[in-house]
Amino acid sequence: MTKIKEVKNYLDTEYKYGFKDPEKFSFKTKKGLNEDIIKQISKIKNEPEWMLDLRLKAYRHFKDRIMPKWGADLSKIKFDDIYYYGKPEGEQTDDWKNVPKDIRNTFDRLGIPEAEKKFLAGVGAQYESEVIYHNLKKDLQDKGVVFLDMDGGLREYAELVKKYFGKLVPYTDNKFAALNTAVWSGGSFIYVPSGVKVDLPLQAYFRINAKNIGQFERTLIIADKGSYVHYVEGCTAPVYTTDSLHSAVVELFALEGATIRYTTIQNWSQNVYNLVTKRASAEKNARVEWIDGNLGSKVTMKYPAIILKGEKAHGEVISVAFAGKNQVQDAGAKIMHMAPNTTSQITSKSVSKDGGRTTYRGLLRVAKGCKNVKSNVVCDALILDEKSATDTIPYMEIQENDVSIGHEASVGRVSEEQLFYLMSRGFSEEQALGMIVRGFMDEFVRELPMEYAIELNRLIELNMEGSVG
Amino acid sequence: MGEIMLKIENLHVNVEGKEILKGINLTIKKGEIHALMGPNGSGKSTLSFALMGHPKYKITKGSVKLDGKNLLEMEVNERAKSGLFLSFQYPSEIQGVSLANFLRTAYNEVKDVKINVMDFMKMLYEKMDLLKMNKEFAKRHVNVGFSGGEKKRTEILQMAVLQPKYAVLDETDSGLDIDALKIVAEGVKKLVGPELGVLIITHYQRILHHVKPDKVHVLMSGKIVKSGSYKLAEEIEKKGYKILKVS
Repeated sequence: MTKIKEVKNYLDTEYKYGFKDPEKFSFKTKKGLNEDIIKQISKIKNEPEWMLDLRLKAYRHFKDRIMPKWGADLSKIKFDDIYYYGKPEGEQTDDWKNVPKDIRNTFDRLGIPEAEKKFLAGVGAQYESEVIYHNLKKDLQDKGVVFLDMDGGLREYAELVKKYFGKLVPYTDNKFAALNTAVWSGGSFIYVPSGVKVDLPLQAYFRINAKNIGQFERTLIIADKGSYVHYVEGCTAPVYTTDSLHSAVVELFALEGATIRYTTIQNWSQNVYNLVTKRASAEKNARVEWIDGNLGSKVTMKYPAIILKGEKAHGEVISVAFAGKNQVQDAGAKIMHMAPNTTSQITSKSVSKDGGRTTYRGLLRVAKGCKNVKSNVVCDALILDEKSATDTIPYMEIQENDVSIGHEASVGRVSEEQLFYLMSRGFSEEQALGMIVRGFMDEFVRELPMEYAIELNRLIELNMEGSVG
Repeated sequence: MGEIMLKIENLHVNVEGKEILKGINLTIKKGEIHALMGPNGSGKSTLSFALMGHPKYKITKGSVKLDGKNLLEMEVNERAKSGLFLSFQYPSEIQGVSLANFLRTAYNEVKDVKINVMDFMKMLYEKMDLLKMNKEFAKRHVNVGFSGGEKKRTEILQMAVLQPKYAVLDETDSGLDIDALKIVAEGVKKLVGPELGVLIITHYQRILHHVKPDKVHVLMSGKIVKSGSYKLAEEIEKKGYKILKVS
């Protein structure tokens, strides 16, 4: 009875966001990538010379750089079959009424305009390669908060962009950072002035609609001294039999005493390679928190990083990964303590089922002379059946003795006894598993604003459906 | 109307290919308290798991009817919905799920209702008062970090909330000190009544000082070798199980 049976075809039955609109582009580059296509993208965007130069350098680096040999298998990505830039119909607007009907319907179904009305300070909605809707509440605009798409940021705040863009994630960092730098489009640019607290979250939503298109948004957040901002991103895509590629770069700068919380609920369809580089720096007394949820995608490789540069800076990465059939979630965290009296916490939770594979891959580094650093790493994995697997690969490079480092890792399986216990209280096997998984992820869910917590719990339930026959 | 009772007839149970229960006959009517006593390894816990439907416990012969319905055909959760409750000797822990949330969901399943949170909490706190439990327990994760006594008391709390027709208490008294035993036993006592049939499974007699059974059965080597009144329990306490050695 308690043997967990084969799931129904997850793609067909359970992914709620797999619907698609007709493909209507006002412009799309040719399939594949070369220098002409990059020049084309840059020209459409009417970019300054230095950005085009950077793109081209990055592209050459991308071409020369070999595929990473560690982590998930990326050998099946067909770079020549991907469209690297697609501009949907219509121009960017701050009024949903002006968004083309199909696209507006899609975002309605995803609940974005409603969420904006209820509990968000601002919203950016990206469709394929461009942000088609962008809005920030008036009072925040008046306080000097800037929330634009990255293209708008480059146009209107060129100096800030030039100062920060690519400084945490240079294109030489890795192959996919190089690719993103070469073809980036869309994403968010946020500047929060000194002392300003943005109480409600700012949200960006990323939607891939067309087949074989890649999405390469670029996000840069600068929180000036003593400011606070919470940025939330979500993402979905239709289900296709061919693979799509999503490769973003995110850079966060928390200046002295600032706090940035960055929450991701990644729910790509299971034909998307999700290869993302996220990095933050925290100055003196600053705080950065990555809240990172990975439920979807075919393959995810993502290790949000925090460089603690100033004294008493604090970094936190709280993540969950859920790998079902044919999914690989290779995720984790990197924290670099570069100053004394800095503290960090990594909490990672992963669930694998139906042959899914999760890996926690983490790096904790304490530079020499960084006394009185405190860090704690906890990784817990839950495996729901015999076919599924998990790995924990925690690297530690501690070059200072006067530190306090904690590390705990656990791998649990749902036991027959636990299921039996729950079922004896009236739960079906599916409900029992769902309750165990939700409980396991509770620590993560509690970090989310209530609306997202509800949504995430619902997603977990959806993912658990059909777990038992 | 079928027969309003939990009726076990000629029940044979195998565990991992080995026959543990070899023909159990036992009938528990509503309002009755039965005690099943026996030494270690006699098959007491096997009976409780087999009744609740643990997949490792294979029924090879016999029948169990709950108010006339064939219990053995039901999934574990259906047995709970039909009014059977098992108080576990070793309850499982469930990380991240508060006792209140767990019990409310269980209540909705077992009763097939959707009780609102306020009404449920009111009821839960009443039952917790009954069992002298600190309200803080409602917020704690199910059995996580609970002492042995707290786990047992929580089992009885669950029974109070889910209001079964028949309850099997598997070694509810084991591992408890005298004070904890008293609290748990007093709790059970408050729950017994004309609408509940109880089977207390125990090695020792001490819980029976607090909750007096109507009938006592002695299980040895997979069979009930003797049944009688409360006096039988007293006799065993004095002289031990050896007086009943099966030939």
